[in-house]
Amino acid sequence: MQTSRVIAASVMAAVLTAGAAACGGGTSTNKTTPKTLTYWASNQGANIEVDKATLTPELTKFEQQTGIKVKLEVVPWSDLLNRILAAATSGQGPDVLNIGNTWSASLQATGALLPFDAATFAKIGGKDRFVSAALASAGAAGKDPAAVPLYSLAYALYYNKAQFQAAGITAPPATWDELVADGKKLTTGGHFGLAMEGASISENIHQAFVFAKQHGADFFDAAGKPQFDSPQAVAAIQQYVDFMAKDKIAAPGDAEYSANQSVTDFATGKASMLLWQAAASNLKAHGMAADAYGVAPIPFQTASASGPTAVNSMVAGINLAVFKNTGNLDGALKFVKFMTSTGEQKILNIAYSSLPSVTDAQSDPAFSTPDLKTLSQVLATSAAPLPQVANESQFETLVGTAMKGLLADAAAGRPVTTATVKAALTKAQQQMPTS
Amino acid sequence: MPKIPTWFRVTRWIVLSLLMVFTLTPVLVMLSSSLKPLQDVQGQWRWIPSGFTLRPYLDIWHTVPLARYFLNSLIVATSATVCSVVIAIFAAYAVSRYRFRGRRLFTVTVLSTQMFPGILFLLPLFLIFVNIGNATGIALYGSRAGLIITYLTFSLPFSIWMLVGYFDGIPRDLDEAALVDGCGPLRTLLRIVVPVAIPGIVAVGVYAFMTAWGEVLFASVMTNDDTRTLAVGLQSYASQNDVYWNQVMAASLVVSVPVVAGFLLLQRYLVAGLTAGAVK
Amino acid sequence: MKARLRRVGLPYLLLLPALALELLIHLVPMLVGIAMSFKQLTQFFIRNWSGAPWAGLGNYRTAVDFHAAVGQALLNSFLVTCSFTLLVVGLSWLLGTAAAILMQDAFRGRGVLRTLFLVPYALPVYAAVITWSFMFQHDTGLVNHMLHDQLHLTSGKPFWLIGGNSFYALVTVAVWRSWPFAFLCLTAGLQNIPRDLYEAAALDGAGVWQQIRRITLPSLRPVNQVLVLVLFLWTFNDFNTPYVLFGRSAPEAADLISIHIYQASFVTWNFGSGSAMSVLLLLFLLVVTAAYLFVTSRRRGAHA
Repeated sequence: MQTSRVIAASVMAAVLTAGAAACGGGTSTNKTTPKTLTYWASNQGANIEVDKATLTPELTKFEQQTGIKVKLEVVPWSDLLNRILAAATSGQGPDVLNIGNTWSASLQATGALLPFDAATFAKIGGKDRFVSAALASAGAAGKDPAAVPLYSLAYALYYNKAQFQAAGITAPPATWDELVADGKKLTTGGHFGLAMEGASISENIHQAFVFAKQHGADFFDAAGKPQFDSPQAVAAIQQYVDFMAKDKIAAPGDAEYSANQSVTDFATGKASMLLWQAAASNLKAHGMAADAYGVAPIPFQTASASGPTAVNSMVAGINLAVFKNTGNLDGALKFVKFMTSTGEQKILNIAYSSLPSVTDAQSDPAFSTPDLKTLSQVLATSAAPLPQVANESQFETLVGTAMKGLLADAAAGRPVTTATVKAALTKAQQQMPTS
Repeated sequence: MPKIPTWFRVTRWIVLSLLMVFTLTPVLVMLSSSLKPLQDVQGQWRWIPSGFTLRPYLDIWHTVPLARYFLNSLIVATSATVCSVVIAIFAAYAVSRYRFRGRRLFTVTVLSTQMFPGILFLLPLFLIFVNIGNATGIALYGSRAGLIITYLTFSLPFSIWMLVGYFDGIPRDLDEAALVDGCGPLRTLLRIVVPVAIPGIVAVGVYAFMTAWGEVLFASVMTNDDTRTLAVGLQSYASQNDVYWNQVMAASLVVSVPVVAGFLLLQRYLVAGLTAGAVK
Repeated sequence: MKARLRRVGLPYLLLLPALALELLIHLVPMLVGIAMSFKQLTQFFIRNWSGAPWAGLGNYRTAVDFHAAVGQALLNSFLVTCSFTLLVVGLSWLLGTAAAILMQDAFRGRGVLRTLFLVPYALPVYAAVITWSFMFQHDTGLVNHMLHDQLHLTSGKPFWLIGGNSFYALVTVAVWRSWPFAFLCLTAGLQNIPRDLYEAAALDGAGVWQQIRRITLPSLRPVNQVLVLVLFLWTFNDFNTPYVLFGRSAPEAADLISIHIYQASFVTWNFGSGSAMSVLLLLFLLVVTAAYLFVTSRRRGAHA
């Protein structure tokens, strides 16, 4: 029985690899035997060793269930995209890997990831299990997803309860005007109302996306062509940069932050508000008690925002993808099924203080803490996926860098006007590839 | 000995003091920060820690698998150095002692590789490694071997050139006498030339080791978790949650000590090697 | 006959390992890179890059179209790199020469000082540059603490890692890293100058300054010829320093060409245009190096 299964799996693997080699450029075959899988995990915990400690027991469980040994490598974020690109180029990579969900469409375009068509979904327990908003950020619209959601996250406004009370603020701001007004009340001396992660390309993009949505702007038109410098987009970016430039509710030093120092500043009380995704475990790591801060939805432009501008978060999260050149497709899909099973979703998302991406797991009481409730509410009702276009990563780099430059100007006291914002965005747009 | 005027002494004192401050400040920063608790490196800069602690030196081994990275760097750098030195000795001996067709072409080609931007051949090299792996089963991508041969070629041009200069300075009569005595050319090289050229060879070795120990770009693309070197590993301290500056500084110091110590011990040879070789 | 063949073949045999490795690691990849520069190698084709459509000179045209954004950014990066290189090579050479000359005569502590001066050269790049980036932090860094809090030289705390000042931060770090190498080479060069030249000059009544100008500097010319070229190439191609100091998106004022090309290829996934930019860079370096060697060798010939 055991032997025949091995033979069957080997034959299947051999056929599949041959097929993959014939239709793709990858001339290589992955040298994994059906008994092993290589898994690249992204760095979700406090550091790489924490991730290993979190994931290893689960992988052992998987091995006990299926007899498949998973070789885990936690890849730091600084290396992950390069490693995936190298794997795509060479055809030599892991069998299963985590990707940032905003990369989905870009990586989908390389053809290196296995598309999840109906038959594939059937093997991992069906498409309907997944939260639909999360599944929408797993590839370009109208195509089979290039991945399935693994951990889901949303943005929220974190505020320091004691500092709000001391400033006489009774409720968290619901509009940006209120946030600025509150921020000004809270900004005194060396203390600031808001903490920003100004030099982080990805944080900048996530904020830019929400502000643009609220101004009715899309960075790509329906045909996927970039339109970064529309008046609405300019107004959106300027509103964000103005927190530092005009309203001065954020410390100029924030323009230099790119290693989550803004979370530290919030946790240590140097700033009273933070716009962040699932910050609970980070804040805990910095010794901030869970009842010291409140979690509210990100503000809107108006209190009664509705329709397409009623967006106050991106659909953030991590997706799980299967490398098309895998030598063990069957095992890889078993692993995907395992990782997205209700039980594992509970365990892993609790460990990383994120939200399950399958609906069954969400009902678990562990996810009904006030902050996670807020996050799942946002995710279900007012979050939108970042543009799922092939050039998304270029967009992130160019617009995120442009914003970093604008915030640097603001921090140095140089004027940030509509004209300078527009010029920066135009320049970013012109550098987008034309294809 | 000509007398040294006072103004010269004063200038010397001032200039050298300033240079010393400039040179050593980062080293002192490293040292002082590595002994600080985390809140010290997150607040206003201070020279003296609010409380001395050796915790960062213990923590660095757990936050990232530093010991493994260290071992990888050691294996890669040492192997690259040894291979580079041996290959450079052969090549330099040929260039220095023989007049053959293509000699000039070889020298110019090898030296010109120094101006190739690394970024131009990073991806092609990666593809070549992968294809060699597929064709022959020799895993170069992701392995230490791939990194070793990459790094040794980085230091090879400068090493050959320096050794040619050094060998040129060794009187030919020495090896001609050996040849007359019936030694083969290889024996002559190993028995006669190499012993005399030790300072130059050590200098080349130090250079090769430092090149391999410090490289970042190729290491970040061509290694995986098992073969990652310190250059890449050190960036992991800037993790998701925070920059543990005290740990970063402690780790920087730890990874610097072996190279700096070795370098300073051997610097006498380095000056001697350069004097006799390259700068002629 | 056989012995003759062995004699003729021997030098080639000795060169073989070096040649083979240089071919494998440098020359063949470079040729592949040049081929890539004529391809439209975006993320749609990286999986099967040999099947990517040919772009002809398209990548080059985009790169040198200085009226469009991509070309303009490349030009800006090129100019930044040029001024960076000039400053770094100049300052490193100046500091190296000054220190080498000042330490030519023995004095108490010379050996220790010489050792200390070599520390920046010996430190691994990333360890040293990470330390500098810590020193240049806006709020918690040593540099701002000294400039603003202790010496009161600046009205506010300037930024060093973002905005315009990042250029000077980068130059500082690069000079700090490369001047010891200049110092080392020049110290070695000075040891080749016969002592009696100085003594003869002193007898003729030449002061220290005149001795430096008439004996030291001319004797160092051959060292300088090589040193300046090596420093130029290393500085111009330097990737490690800006990469560790600023991460993958350098501020515009410090956008060195190596980082710019890295970003064009790896971050925006356009390896074709990245390769085209590298080839242009290589051509530029070839021309500069050839011109430099031509001019300096001729001058050297005229002097000899």
